[in-house]
Amino acid sequence: MTATEAAPNGAALHVGRSLKRKEDPRLITGRARYVDDMSLPGLLHAAIVRSPEAHARIVSIDASAALARDDVEMVLTGEDMADLQSPLPCAWVPPGTEVANPPHWPLARGVVNHVGDAVALVVGTDRYAVVDAAEDVLVEYETLPAIVDPKAALAEGAPLVHEDLGSNKAYEFSLGGGDVEAGLAEADVVVQREIVNHRISGAPIEPRGVIADYRAGSLTIHSSTQVPHFLRLFLSLMLGMSEERIRAVAPEVGGGFGAKLQIYGEEALLAYASRRLQRPIKWIETRSEHMQVSHHGRDQIATCRMGARSDGTITAFHVQITADLGAYLMLLTPVIPVLGAFVMGGCYAIPNVRTDITGVFTNKMATDAIRGAGRPEATHMVEVMIDQLASELGMSPPAIRRRNFIPKESFPAEVATGVIYDSGDYHGSLDKLMGKLDVEAFKREQAELRERGIYRGIGLSTYTEICGLAPSRIVGPSGLGLQTGLWESAMVRVHISGAVTVYSGASPHGQGLDTSFAQIVADRLGVDPEVIEVIHGDTGTGPQGLGTYGSRSLSVGGEAIARATAKVAEKAKAIVAHELEAAAQDIEVSGDRFSVKGSPDRGMSLAEVAGAAYIPENLPEGMEPGLEETTFYDPENFVFPFGAHAAIVDVDAATGKVTVARYIAIDDCGPAVNPMIIDGQIHGGITHAIGQALYERVHYDDDGQLVTGTFVDYSLPSAAEVPMFETDRTETPSPSNSLGVKGVGEAGTIGASAAVTNAVIDAIRPLGVTFMNMPLTPVRVWEAIEEAKGGVPA
Amino acid sequence: MSATVPVRVTVNGASHHLDVEPRRLLVHALREELGLTGTHVGCDTSSCGACTVHLDGRAVKSCTVLAVQCDGREVMTIEGLGSTDDLHPMQEAFWEHHGLQCGYCTPGMIMAGVDLLNRTPQPSESEIRHAIEGNLCRCTGYHNIVKAIQAASGQQTEATSQARDEVQA
Repeated sequence: MTATEAAPNGAALHVGRSLKRKEDPRLITGRARYVDDMSLPGLLHAAIVRSPEAHARIVSIDASAALARDDVEMVLTGEDMADLQSPLPCAWVPPGTEVANPPHWPLARGVVNHVGDAVALVVGTDRYAVVDAAEDVLVEYETLPAIVDPKAALAEGAPLVHEDLGSNKAYEFSLGGGDVEAGLAEADVVVQREIVNHRISGAPIEPRGVIADYRAGSLTIHSSTQVPHFLRLFLSLMLGMSEERIRAVAPEVGGGFGAKLQIYGEEALLAYASRRLQRPIKWIETRSEHMQVSHHGRDQIATCRMGARSDGTITAFHVQITADLGAYLMLLTPVIPVLGAFVMGGCYAIPNVRTDITGVFTNKMATDAIRGAGRPEATHMVEVMIDQLASELGMSPPAIRRRNFIPKESFPAEVATGVIYDSGDYHGSLDKLMGKLDVEAFKREQAELRERGIYRGIGLSTYTEICGLAPSRIVGPSGLGLQTGLWESAMVRVHISGAVTVYSGASPHGQGLDTSFAQIVADRLGVDPEVIEVIHGDTGTGPQGLGTYGSRSLSVGGEAIARATAKVAEKAKAIVAHELEAAAQDIEVSGDRFSVKGSPDRGMSLAEVAGAAYIPENLPEGMEPGLEETTFYDPENFVFPFGAHAAIVDVDAATGKVTVARYIAIDDCGPAVNPMIIDGQIHGGITHAIGQALYERVHYDDDGQLVTGTFVDYSLPSAAEVPMFETDRTETPSPSNSLGVKGVGEAGTIGASAAVTNAVIDAIRPLGVTFMNMPLTPVRVWEAIEEAKGGVPA
Repeated sequence: MSATVPVRVTVNGASHHLDVEPRRLLVHALREELGLTGTHVGCDTSSCGACTVHLDGRAVKSCTVLAVQCDGREVMTIEGLGSTDDLHPMQEAFWEHHGLQCGYCTPGMIMAGVDLLNRTPQPSESEIRHAIEGNLCRCTGYHNIVKAIQAASGQQTEATSQARDEVQA
């Protein structure tokens, strides 16, 4: 099946093409409306008093000076909110596993557990004034010992983040299959490394923001979120409000990357305060706040053991992860390493794979989903380990991969971790990648650069990921333990004029899904994408939904739209058949008409069909008027995009500076709906991972102070740090949905950190460095080179 | 609130009288006093460039300029550059080459790109990359932003949107 055939009757005019995005005119002219661009009559502003301490008891809060100001309306503390019905949610309650989940309130009650923990809310009439007033709130703290290192946190006598839990261990969970110890015993070579996947920030360029407006018993909340429907549900539980009285809206959202897949304290706080004051209130996160209190990602330390026979056949992979969860469990905090564990075997036929996870509390911000969410960590582990193994065995990185790839003929393939990979052609993508590498030129350039002290290296990463979240029966309450279904819904409404409005439960925030969705609908109804409006992110107008994350919105949300559109098309065909006195099965969409097969002149446009449907003078017997359909779609299986990436890097041996000279990515996300958008997702995903590999690190010092609290200290890659990317695709359709699509939002991030890391290690191996962990910053690379030389770095 | 200061400033060709606190940032004056919300705020350290506007024809970060400093001067924002009915060539190029995803950095990025071409009409790829290194984007990996600026400068670049399909067909 190709993208073209995916549309009915070979009528694809729009799917598969790089249409310019419908979203862009408002965005390139400054006419889009993000949360901070909105105002309301009587709007108040909020600022938050946050803890400067990593761990402390709150002795007293004196808000009198703040309250004495003319421009301050209210100051709230944790004690003032005792009537909140429930704390912030964690959605993972795995059957048969104890997960310690301390209550996490929007404002601290008695103790603060990380820098930035919210202590008080100040509400006033002016945006600058509330910031001044927040500084007037005097909080006295009694400092408690902070625990920052997750391994130390597990030691006997370590300071406890939550005294009453009696331990910093939140949970233990294992996932795998086969017998890893037996598999390692069979191996001729076992390689063991400690792989550190350090803490990073999502850092969308739009910080978070909330406007809560409670009036006459109903709440409208605008939030820069990826999950408006979850937000409505959880606000209803926390505030004790009936769900239909809450409307949650994600307006234009300026990127998420997982950082906005969360139910945040500020959302509950603003809603609560607005209800208290009966006034609308706005809060906009500063970047410094974002670095402190928008959840972080990664932060896993893994002891990895990979065993192989001397011919390179991998016999077992065992991973023990210490996951730094931070101070609280937020929406998906503890389940992130588990998502990675599903694909810990990578693209390889490894019979014995097991991941043992220990989740640990520390006095830091919570970790949760950041682009890739567990799968970049897993891919990094397996892909760095396989290169370490290749080096030990004297094999080349492509050869050891080819030796172990799950063959194309095996799909669908059940792997040791118990999931069924739906599709794959790993040799195909690696072959295509190798065809683009000019190895002779690489060697020639490598030799030339070496004379100037520049060490050039090449690194591969062949990945697969698990996405399209998710089949509810696998991940739901009695499966993995998420307390939700993970279906998506869609409504397709044809107006009497033949224009179309599509309502999706997805909540895109930069992915271009208005365009991709419109392309899918256009081909199925014989209309131009121009006359299709896609509405999303509003619980008050759309169908139900579960939001945009986990590379799910095309394979789950898009499939729901395709199915709703198919229902509309079926009804349209019945109407056309009735009008033209033909059989419904003989009606097809051809170009811009529903016409009789073989007689293209006998047909009706969608507008004519809609006219017949809404002025129901001559509908088939028993047919309801109107032309709109709703679908709920729960996938049968996950989808498994895959690909092969190569990074070519130059390391300046004198300074340790790494430059990415070339980056080639072959990705397979099934048939392309819009190739231009796919390339864009890959470019951004790779850059996110290059950021982690080379520049970005959320760093706390030993006292739990956040050292990287702004964009000055936390270095996002700029245009000057990345090359033009060379992208190409293979198209292996997923059998899991009718579109054959698999999602691409996270692929680049999942594949790229290992390619860059392997390339840096390859580059400096001649200097004696055989292994390094990210971030590969100049000082760390330089230190590694100096240590390998036998010197002691300063 | 502290005492205010009168400021006379021309924004997108129209003259305005504002009374602002001396500490008021230009970006807040534009957004909140004048309702020009196309100029965004993405950080608090002058690092991200989302707030880039032109002041007397040169790109500045409007989070690092006080409104009072603009007395008697001319500001141009994204809203003044072009509209959906009459796009500036740089806006057109960003659309054509998919130089944006979430769109939040885009107004600042476009203003920085226009400023570059005003100074260097035919920049090299390296010059483009260095010229926009004060403008951060988390979505695009900059690839298509660089292409868009190249295209707006009239330089040959590989097709990005549907033109590419037509070439291949």
